[in-house]
Amino acid sequence: MEVVKSFFETPEPARFTGIWSWLFTLDHKRIGLMYLYAIMFWFLVAVLLGGILRLELMFPGETVLSADLYNSAFTLHGVIMIFLFIIPALPAVFGNFFLPIHIGTDDVYFPKLNLLSWYLYMAGGVVAIFSLFSDGFADTGWTFYVPFSISTNTNVSTAVFAAFILGFSSMLTGLNFITTVHKMRDKAMGWLQIPLFTWSLYATAWVQLLATPVVTITLVLVMMERFFNVGLFDPARGGDPILYQHLFWMYSHPAVYIMILPGMGVISEIIPVFARKSIFGYKAIVASSLAIAIAGSLVWAHHMYTSGMSDTAVFVFSLLTFVVAIPSAIKVFSWVATLYKGAIQMTPPLFLSLCFIYLFSVGGLTGLVLGAAGANIHVHDTHFVVAHFHFTMFGGTGFAFFAALHYWWPKMFGRMYDFTKAYIAAILVTGGFMFHYVPMFILGLQGMPRRYYDYLPQYAGGNFFAGFGALFMILGIGLMMANLFASLRKKRDMESNPWGGVTLEWTIPSPPPLHNFVQKPKIMVYPYDFSGIVDTPANKSEGA
Amino acid sequence: MILAGSWIHLPTSQREPELTVQTDQTGKKLGMWLFLYTEIILFGALFVLYAVYFARYTQDFIAGAKELDRVFGVINTIILLVSSFFVAASITAVRKDHKKIALAGLGGALGCGGIFLVNKYFEWGHKIALGIYPGAEKLVDGPAGQNLFFGLYYVITGLHGLHIVIGMTLLSVSLVLVQKQKITSKNDALLDNCGLYWHLVDLVWIFIFPLFYLVV
Repeated sequence: MEVVKSFFETPEPARFTGIWSWLFTLDHKRIGLMYLYAIMFWFLVAVLLGGILRLELMFPGETVLSADLYNSAFTLHGVIMIFLFIIPALPAVFGNFFLPIHIGTDDVYFPKLNLLSWYLYMAGGVVAIFSLFSDGFADTGWTFYVPFSISTNTNVSTAVFAAFILGFSSMLTGLNFITTVHKMRDKAMGWLQIPLFTWSLYATAWVQLLATPVVTITLVLVMMERFFNVGLFDPARGGDPILYQHLFWMYSHPAVYIMILPGMGVISEIIPVFARKSIFGYKAIVASSLAIAIAGSLVWAHHMYTSGMSDTAVFVFSLLTFVVAIPSAIKVFSWVATLYKGAIQMTPPLFLSLCFIYLFSVGGLTGLVLGAAGANIHVHDTHFVVAHFHFTMFGGTGFAFFAALHYWWPKMFGRMYDFTKAYIAAILVTGGFMFHYVPMFILGLQGMPRRYYDYLPQYAGGNFFAGFGALFMILGIGLMMANLFASLRKKRDMESNPWGGVTLEWTIPSPPPLHNFVQKPKIMVYPYDFSGIVDTPANKSEGA
Repeated sequence: MILAGSWIHLPTSQREPELTVQTDQTGKKLGMWLFLYTEIILFGALFVLYAVYFARYTQDFIAGAKELDRVFGVINTIILLVSSFFVAASITAVRKDHKKIALAGLGGALGCGGIFLVNKYFEWGHKIALGIYPGAEKLVDGPAGQNLFFGLYYVITGLHGLHIVIGMTLLSVSLVLVQKQKITSKNDALLDNCGLYWHLVDLVWIFIFPLFYLVV
């Protein structure tokens, strides 16, 4: 292959060098990496916070955190994980890096807007840190429910303002992606030739665009109430706190699809490559992404069955919740069917994807328990919800993020990590995960409520085991990150297609050059045609 | 500026000069329309609050509306409609390369925006002098529905006022760029988008006006 300079050596705009070539870059790949570093930082902070929370819960009574501190700590854990990690993780890092490459172009449509989104993201993080050092971090939980969020003395306004800024960042990224897919796609690429990861980002972008403004205005209203005492949600003055919950979940439930859809897209990319087989049901996966985006916007009130809203509403939202499970199941069946009779080559990204399928399925099925109005009353606000949520968001999106890191790492950095350590880390994380969250399902069914720093003596056993699981999980995450970053010390010698992928990013050098494509990209009639892939470097070197 | 010309990065295959301008324009417009959707939803959530509370406290809302000065409301509506005409005229003028008319149009629109804000200042000032503002005793101790009516009145017209200020900033930038010949008939996407934004702000007012001034 001819030698081309990678984007690491060619700043854009060219007049900047050193740190400035990153801080003022308009290159989507550099912006993606800047997101990666910031997001990793926040992820590790929130993981440690979560670890401390579980440490407090390992033994009954007050051990490492006081009740107030516990409240602030779980709020901070939630706010960071939701707004600073899961929502931006896949779109902002891998979407930025690979969406333009997937559609055969050299950048997003609005590169400066892209950079602005990154600065908004960073500003949101800085505001969140700032609120830690004044009056204490909010103790409301990441949902900022009224009336408590209006009456508490902790610094809710600053925390809410951070979420407000981060909402803008997410919304502008969505706007950018939609415009890019419409206007910058290679002329030869029709809608049904777009890779599935990009399709999922496109569906996500619409949800980001249409749902985020609702939470923006809701958060503004919380600030208004705190500063001006308007009384819009105050029952004593005619307001209705349930309306706050409606407005909040009108965004925040679609937001969980903002979190999971790109994760599903990642898995749809990885599975066919290592099964050496065309994805099963390409059109069904595309359609189900869009169906999730639409149906997922109509289920918000299933968070509110016990709030006292009308029984008719409970019935309708329960029904719609069951409906939204269908497209998710279509995807799971399509992935499994893709593996069936494939020439499966086990690699760390595939291993993590398989873990994803298992964990996400458990998360999805327990979601139906919660979606059923009757069962919901029993497990509402218990640890069952905590376990369900973490199975979908961490077992789902989190594992998709890990899988994406391992899948695209050689492309982004031009270096391969150590496979053995990657497997050990993946097993530690998955095993620790099961040990950590399965007891919570049981605790929840037994009636242990969430969001308390203490519990009744009968819950001691489950909490103790969960704490152990957390330890293994955190060790696994540490090893995984160390293994990935250790590879950066190696020589940059990766060939363009280590896995035998067929989407466009595997046709260009690793790491890609500034304008992505050296020659005009060749668009395949069908994006998952593996007939040209015979053997791959990874196959030979690892002897799988 | 969010949508200025230098922002665009075209793929290598599309860099032929004759294609550049046209592709630019459509993409920027698409981006702006997407942004306008988000604005509509932003106000939409507030209108949902209004709808729910109006259904619950219809009589209080009617009583509240009677306290608002309809003359101010009508004048402000007319002013905004005229300003939209000015903006539309300046866009047409730019497309025909009539720089002076374009500048006059933008100046006129800015003037209208200014008058709108001055009116708003007097209107709010008058209400506050009467003891009608969020958290005031009169509202806190009065009927719940009126508290909500005026609460929504301040929040919605306040947010709308903020949008007027943002719109005026955008129009001012356009005015300078037209003057400097940076916005011309060949490169009018920015002005077009600022115009779209202004029309949206105008349109939102068209909904606010009947909801607060005419529900009697």
